[in-house]
Amino acid sequence: MSQQKILVVALMQRGAASPATYELLTAGRSLANALKQPLVAFQVGGTAESARELVERGADRVLWSGGAALQDFNDELHAQAVLAAAAQEKPSWLLLPASVAGRSLACRVAVKLGAGLATDVNEIDPASGTVKRSHYSGNLQATMEFKSEVRVVTVQGMVFPQAPRQAGRSGEVAELAFAPAAAGMEFLSFQAEEAGEIDLGGAERIVSGGRGVGGPDGFKLIRDLAHALGAAVAASRAAVDSGWIPYRHQVGLTGRTVRPKLYVACGISGQIQHLAGMSTAGSIVAINMDPECPMMQQATISVVGDMFELIPLVIAEIKKRRGAPVAA
Amino acid sequence: MALNIVVCVKNTPSTLAVPVDAATGLPKTAGLVFAMNPFDEYAVEEAVRIKEKNPGTTVTALALGPESDHAVLRDAISRGCDAGVLLSGPELQGGDAFAISRALAAAIKKLNGQKPVHLLLFGKNTNDDNSGTVGGQVAAWLDWPGALSVKKIESIDESSAVLWRMMEDGVDKVKVQLPAAVGTVKEINEPRVPSLRGKMAAKKASIPTWTAADLALKPEDAGAAGARVKLARSSAPPPRPAGTRIAGATAAQTAEKLVATLVERKLI
Ligand SMILES: Cc1cc2nc3c(=O)[nH]c(=O)nc-3n(C[C@H](O)[C@H](O)[C@H](O)COP(=O)(O)OP(=O)(O)OC[C@H]3O[C@@H](n4cnc5c(N)ncnc54)[C@H](O)[C@@H]3O)c2cc1C
Repeated sequence: MSQQKILVVALMQRGAASPATYELLTAGRSLANALKQPLVAFQVGGTAESARELVERGADRVLWSGGAALQDFNDELHAQAVLAAAAQEKPSWLLLPASVAGRSLACRVAVKLGAGLATDVNEIDPASGTVKRSHYSGNLQATMEFKSEVRVVTVQGMVFPQAPRQAGRSGEVAELAFAPAAAGMEFLSFQAEEAGEIDLGGAERIVSGGRGVGGPDGFKLIRDLAHALGAAVAASRAAVDSGWIPYRHQVGLTGRTVRPKLYVACGISGQIQHLAGMSTAGSIVAINMDPECPMMQQATISVVGDMFELIPLVIAEIKKRRGAPVAA
Repeated sequence: MALNIVVCVKNTPSTLAVPVDAATGLPKTAGLVFAMNPFDEYAVEEAVRIKEKNPGTTVTALALGPESDHAVLRDAISRGCDAGVLLSGPELQGGDAFAISRALAAAIKKLNGQKPVHLLLFGKNTNDDNSGTVGGQVAAWLDWPGALSVKKIESIDESSAVLWRMMEDGVDKVKVQLPAAVGTVKEINEPRVPSLRGKMAAKKASIPTWTAADLALKPEDAGAAGARVKLARSSAPPPRPAGTRIAGATAAQTAEKLVATLVERKLI
């Protein structure tokens, strides 16, 4: 049998690789080292030049397929391309990002390969071949065993550090010819939301507001603090359902799962459905008037008080430390 | 324009605080209150809304689980679905998303043979397993186009649908040929509560149970035998270390201390 490989799927979206791709390379590298298998990246979309960067970030070999058909995410066409790469490389592990596209792809690819699939994986054990992921909304951590030769995994964001770029690192870059077969989906358009905002999934710092924010105007304060910290803006469901901020900012069971280094929860009580999306944050800062609420119990650092009084003072203090003039 | 819609629903524990059985190392769900997976409510609601706008449309709810899961199908009917089908029997139990989606796909093929199916709807994920892969894998088994994370069905007719797919950085607008599989997110609608009329219909409905044999599934392809991953064990994540409370004599002092602590811990 030909040698098996670790295959990382590098999805180009809107012409760029996401930071999640470089996290996958870190996960893939440790598997490759442990199993003594080469690390191959398959770049879907992009150019030879962007493919070269994957070599510099640790791939032994990079295959890439470009062309108009792979420009925007199309479940079926992207799956066809990944399956072509998998047929050639015979991966023992196939790693994808835990994004909407990554999950859609993983579903199609796993069925066609007859492979087991574990999503949102936060730990990989090469020795036993098992992975860990949370279930029951973060209340339990599951250890999954595979019964298939190929293991398909989507890796949760922010779990692995991004593989650093080592300029001049050598490795092969080859184009994989891809002739798209018919697909039942046609891409029409893309509408970016709130340009310039930091995406929650890859954010290292997040400032989040809940019902305590009091209304849409209160989110101005949350945004100001986020701006001062270089953080993304998030919200609880109560704030989203009140129409104070769009759904895409919602963190939790029905919203998104985040894993920042710092999560600042302002006026959020910390119900289990909210904790489900953020309880694995590195450090949690809670600002709340209620010292007994669950978020305050979970917090690394808790501050009892009125957020409307505290946040402007915190912003002023940050500006002061940075030497910026403080607004009167 | 009459459409034929199938919506997948699952009966899941209503609580997230599920204990681990010390003997098996697996989640202990026996005795818990079960109800429709909350994310499936959006899929059911969307199916019923399409039906209300398109006279002659039928909606069939489809579930896989133990015999007692008739309840989740009756719930779906009480929310406006027309019929329910339960996939059950010992051979179908204990499967992973791979085996479950295979059985659901077989059932949809069977339904499609009776009357062509246009649209398959499902929820974002289940609140127990959390994987969100069953719907996507059903689409793969059927070789249907599909999209996950759909926040709006802009238009639909017998041959195609225009969907808004929520991506991390914005919204993709895509057109899919029908039949297609669509995973919904919470933003798509506001689910209604079951109506009295719906509850009466649910009570009266006769819900067939299809076994692995009815689906022409080989024993090795169904349930635990057909699974590709297995939950080996489950455990509570390590508790978070105890936190510190920051307080100053004045709010300004508190803010100062907080920022100092964040800087000290290299968090900012
Ligand atoms: C199926 C299901 C799914 C769900 N999914 C999600 C989800 O994805 N995400 C989510 O967040 N929730 C979710 N929920 C809802 C969840 O149960 C809670 O209702 C919600 O998280 C509460 O939001 P909150 O903490 O902002 O509001 P509240 O619980 O009302 O808390 C507000 C907090 O603000 C504090 N406060 C008020 N004023 C101030 C002030 N001036 N300064 C400081 N503090 C102040 C209060 O002390 C309180 O702690 C879900 C629920 C269900 C049933």
